[in-house]
Amino acid sequence: MSKKWAVLAVPVISVLLGLLAGAVIMLVSGNNPAAGYMALWNGAFGDSFYAGETLRQMTPYIFAGLAVAFAFRTGLFNIGVEGQLLVGWLASVWVGVAFELPKVIHLPLAVLAGAAAGAVWGFIPGFLKARLRVHEVIVTIMLNYTALHVTNHFIRNVISDGSDATDVVKESASLRSPFLENLTDFSSLHNGIFLAVIAAIIMWFLLEKTTLGYELRAVGYNQHASEYAGMNVNRNIILSMVISGAFAGIGGSMQGLGTFGNMFINSGFSGIGFDGIAVALLGGNTAVGVVLAALLFGALKVGSLNMPVESGVPNELVEIVIALIIFFVASSYMITWLLSRFKKKEAK
Amino acid sequence: MEKRKFGFAMSMVLAAGTILGACGGGEEEATDNGGGSGENTDKFTVAMVTDVGGVDDKSFNQSAWEGLQAFGEENGLEKGTDGYDYIQSKSDADYKTNLNTAVRNEFDLTYGIGYKLKPAIEEVAKQRTESQFAIVDDVVEGLDNVTSITFKEHEGSFLVGVVAGLQTKSDKIGFVGGIESDLINKFAGGFEAGVKAVNPDADVTIEFAGAFDKADKGQQMASAMYSSGIDIIYHAAGGTGNGVFAEAKSIKETDPEKEVWVIGVDRDQSEEGKVTVDGKEMNVTLTSMVKRVDLAVQDVAKKAMDGEFPGGEVIEYGLDAEGVSIAPTQDNLTEESIAAVDEWTEKIKNGEVEVPTVPSGK
Repeated sequence: MSKKWAVLAVPVISVLLGLLAGAVIMLVSGNNPAAGYMALWNGAFGDSFYAGETLRQMTPYIFAGLAVAFAFRTGLFNIGVEGQLLVGWLASVWVGVAFELPKVIHLPLAVLAGAAAGAVWGFIPGFLKARLRVHEVIVTIMLNYTALHVTNHFIRNVISDGSDATDVVKESASLRSPFLENLTDFSSLHNGIFLAVIAAIIMWFLLEKTTLGYELRAVGYNQHASEYAGMNVNRNIILSMVISGAFAGIGGSMQGLGTFGNMFINSGFSGIGFDGIAVALLGGNTAVGVVLAALLFGALKVGSLNMPVESGVPNELVEIVIALIIFFVASSYMITWLLSRFKKKEAK
Repeated sequence: MEKRKFGFAMSMVLAAGTILGACGGGEEEATDNGGGSGENTDKFTVAMVTDVGGVDDKSFNQSAWEGLQAFGEENGLEKGTDGYDYIQSKSDADYKTNLNTAVRNEFDLTYGIGYKLKPAIEEVAKQRTESQFAIVDDVVEGLDNVTSITFKEHEGSFLVGVVAGLQTKSDKIGFVGGIESDLINKFAGGFEAGVKAVNPDADVTIEFAGAFDKADKGQQMASAMYSSGIDIIYHAAGGTGNGVFAEAKSIKETDPEKEVWVIGVDRDQSEEGKVTVDGKEMNVTLTSMVKRVDLAVQDVAKKAMDGEFPGGEVIEYGLDAEGVSIAPTQDNLTEESIAAVDEWTEKIKNGEVEVPTVPSGK
């Protein structure tokens, strides 16, 4: 009971502390925190348009968060979500541009292509870890850069003719939804949000309700014990990275088939993959937690754009708030310790 | 378990808030639009959406913002939603959101600064047919509520090419571009043609950094170029170009005698080139190719304010309209090159010389 309480308390308290610290910084720098946060709220949920934008921003965050969380539950740090997302983005757009198919086949195919590309990109570090014990953090970080430059090369030289963006994907592969756009006053909210929620359910089911999930988690807890119990540790490591990469790859599909409708030369990382690490951390590596944390991050990112216009507070402040939230989550030990002290005193 | 339920209830409240917010939004907007049109008649308001560079990029975002500030000052407007304002984009996904924010704040005219905003402007302009937009550095076709502002960068680049061709000692000249594109090729093509026009023996090395915001990459490339004997580098690379300045300045600091120069872009970048060595002030900025985004922004805003918004048109600002020119700071130019610049300016204006828009190898 008290343990579950702590699981929920740490992220909530971290968020509150982060916001509080943000308010102090606003005060010190001569801004009005109430106006600042009001503008943040209005920019995230103020009307249907902004709510739609928040949900749109949340969609890839869910996938990135799930990818990190899934690997983490198997005891692996997948820092390569960003790269897996980029290759997934490219593969989806490629399928979306190159083929002429009915929507029922084309759209799933494009999304699956994204998943497959991400899975391949996740397989490499998984394989190296399983066979050669190369640490996955190193490999995934380096593969991020590889993915960035490989995708840029493909966009310029293979998919397009020396241009810096691909064509827009065919209507039959697009996640865009006129219904959602009308509902949210022309925001770029697309059907991907439904896929994201389904993906979260799949991850929960897979990890908690299947033998495979049990094995994956067991390997995460203790490799030697799992091996002793007759599980194939190497196979589970590879499988975990492949599934994690597939989640990240579909996150890229969301960008390619939904938000942008194409892919362009990225001069740097989109940041979604790295934010995914924070989302997973804040969400306690659980499916529900990831969805809630993604909502928070989406709201903060989209809402921050409105802050300078409405209240004159620079939107860099939100970056500070996010960093502080992560800091407090990471130092969860401090919070749980404080909470237990608090309780003991009460007991006396 | 209790707390889990609480968490669930919380998320339900949030979700409900979102949905209810959606219901309220529609009505609110209807009334807003009604009130807005009355308000619009008394005061003209204008906003700009930056690309990821931001208004302090020392390049065209900053230049556009300076233009907007000048326009506001001239017409007694105040910064904010009742006058003029900018909205900063932090990632490529933000363009549409920010353009919509401008529309929602009922700005009469909204600028999208940079070609990266083109798809977003196209889409938003189709949806918001009542609002007026202008895009800088690219062309949006077939929409009556979008004005496209472009520049003849190749003409301005030709002039700084003339300067570089005349003032190089090693006959080796470099060009650092941001991301290779039709736009950046205009800079490279004009520059190369300018160099060759006055110094056919000079060698122009053209390279691209692949990014507009990577100063470290720019510094690396500049370092390689300078050590290969190149003495003048022209950059058309936004923030990446700041690295070129950094490298030239650090070379000057270690060896004040060495001749290294940078040609700035978009704005008069003589400020960026200032360096103090042993108490002596020097400047590595040879000259700059000035793109008067500020003038163009003011010009279109003025037209829109007077009710003559040139929607659907493509306006090309060149040497003749002072849209591009050589920087006013000419401390490092020789008399010979100043005279040559004047001479070639005339030739381009007369149409005697046709400046190419792509480098020779393309």
